[in-house]
Amino acid sequence: MTSDRATGEAAGEQDTSRQPDVDPGRAAPATEPLITETRIAGQLRSRTPALAGLAVLIAVFALFPLVFTNPTVTTIAVVTLIFVAVASAWNLFSGFSGYLSLGHAVFYGTGAYFLVVAAKDWNLNGTAVFWLLPLAGAVAALLAVPLGLVALRVRRHTFVVITIAFFFIAQLSASNLTVTGGSSGLLAPVPNWAPATYNNPFYYVGLLLAVAAVALSVLIRRSRFGLQLRAIRDDEDRAAGLGVRAMPVKLGALVLSAFITGMAGGLWVYFIGQAVPQFVFDPLFDLAVVLMAFFGGLGTIAGPVLGALILEPTQQYLYLQQSNGYESEILFGALFLVVILFLPRGVLPTAGEWLTPARLGRLRAAWPGRRADRIAQPVQRSKPPAAGSTS
Amino acid sequence: MTGTLRAESVSKSFGGLQALADCSLTAAAGRITGLIGPNGSGKTTLFNAITGYERVDAGQVYLDDQRITGASPQRVFALGVGRTFQLTRIFPRLTVLENMLVPANRGRSTRDHRERAMDLLAFTGIERHASALAGTLSYGQRKLLELAYVLVADPAVVLLDEPAGGVNPTLIHHIADRIRELNAAGRTFLIVEHNMDFVMGLCHEVTVLDSGTVVASGPPELIRSDPRVLDAYLGTEADDD
Repeated sequence: MTSDRATGEAAGEQDTSRQPDVDPGRAAPATEPLITETRIAGQLRSRTPALAGLAVLIAVFALFPLVFTNPTVTTIAVVTLIFVAVASAWNLFSGFSGYLSLGHAVFYGTGAYFLVVAAKDWNLNGTAVFWLLPLAGAVAALLAVPLGLVALRVRRHTFVVITIAFFFIAQLSASNLTVTGGSSGLLAPVPNWAPATYNNPFYYVGLLLAVAAVALSVLIRRSRFGLQLRAIRDDEDRAAGLGVRAMPVKLGALVLSAFITGMAGGLWVYFIGQAVPQFVFDPLFDLAVVLMAFFGGLGTIAGPVLGALILEPTQQYLYLQQSNGYESEILFGALFLVVILFLPRGVLPTAGEWLTPARLGRLRAAWPGRRADRIAQPVQRSKPPAAGSTS
Repeated sequence: MTGTLRAESVSKSFGGLQALADCSLTAAAGRITGLIGPNGSGKTTLFNAITGYERVDAGQVYLDDQRITGASPQRVFALGVGRTFQLTRIFPRLTVLENMLVPANRGRSTRDHRERAMDLLAFTGIERHASALAGTLSYGQRKLLELAYVLVADPAVVLLDEPAGGVNPTLIHHIADRIRELNAAGRTFLIVEHNMDFVMGLCHEVTVLDSGTVVASGPPELIRSDPRVLDAYLGTEADDD
């Protein structure tokens, strides 16, 4: 579904006014243009400014560490970009398929430990360590196959519980295995570049990873694979009854998600310099990622990005402001409650509803014809009962 | 078009409840077969057993001469048996057109798939809702959408579970006309329905289930006057007109 970003979410989401029952005798005459054509036209028109905006955005991100050179700021920026990547990766599995994973720290930590151990064994230093990231991702992706084959047999709450169980197995293993250095952990290789711009290589690799994660999400969202994932989210049994091979589709999404998450974990551990079980496998990591996706908008492309861009710097800032770290965590927990209770669909979809009148004016101007007229019908704010009741 | 669906001596029990007992039924190729019976007589269970949503305890299901007993829903669909559900099951957070694109496209190109989807939406009369979220459709429109997306993959046999249930009379006519048209093109139908006018007016053959067993089978005129049927079904369920 290619045109969804342009029309489906701008118009379709708001298009919640119930249509009167179709009178089949008065069904639309065949001479009217098909909606697909109108949509494609609308999409072409809206694509150029969107691409321009994207280019500006990427330029801003690319210049950021050159303008803001304060190491505290760039440190927060690096961690934020890592979370943009992870939140997008989490969303392309959990947000699209509806299988909420609370165990992505398993893939994050696996990537992290792999990077540290491999760099040590192969005597890699400096920027050469970055070349291990795809491998770290691959190892996490490989691990996702058996975990997925087990966990994806069950749904909803049971699935969540199983992912939490995996998380604790991973954490306990890391604390007790020799290869991970037990509870004292392992030291990552020390980067050999200039201290003044120490954060910059991490920043740019993080940016690359974040862009890759978002690009992958866009590709999936527009593909048949993504459509099947969203069909599984809405009604898995029905999808199976229409020929969708649910297991390979779900597993494929989990593997892709684990791949990005593993790379992010590798980058993070190289950045902070050491791998200790309770930080590499951190339950708060999973909660933070889920909160970011929920906050921005579960299952959307921009939502997890926005969530990470807002929440991660906020958390880091609060953490730096306070002498003990617990206050920021308590605040974060409270925020989680507020989001789940009041913005269960996330900021973006909710904001989309509020923006309706303004957007209608624009749509009507840019998009003559009956579709715009139909959008222009009074829009009811409340969402229909069947749509999006869980996210 | 071939597409004879046969259930032979199918049995299924849930705990102590015998939902289907030695139940046999044939939906002959190119015919519209009705399946009626009081509530709880096993009609939907039989549908589930045929389409792979429920494992049978005993008996076999055949599509033409191929045994499809115990096949997964996805496999049954791939072999050319599509179905709808009593309480419609559409994908509420996908648009209507996206719903149409979910079924496997059997090697058709995306463009062809999309065109066929729009044609079928036009055929069922809901194409002007193509870009609306399916969750915003009315109940009757959902029934039409479900019929439409089952047809996308061109199944030889279509099983409809109460296509007229809860639908306004005008729409019921519309649905019946669509079924007749599709059947005229050679498609086999097996239809569970409580609306007797709908069944008797549409079906070539009618099979009556009661307590998981077939009590009668034949053309509608005979079924209408069969004392066993009146006893099992029409007599006790007069409100089903």
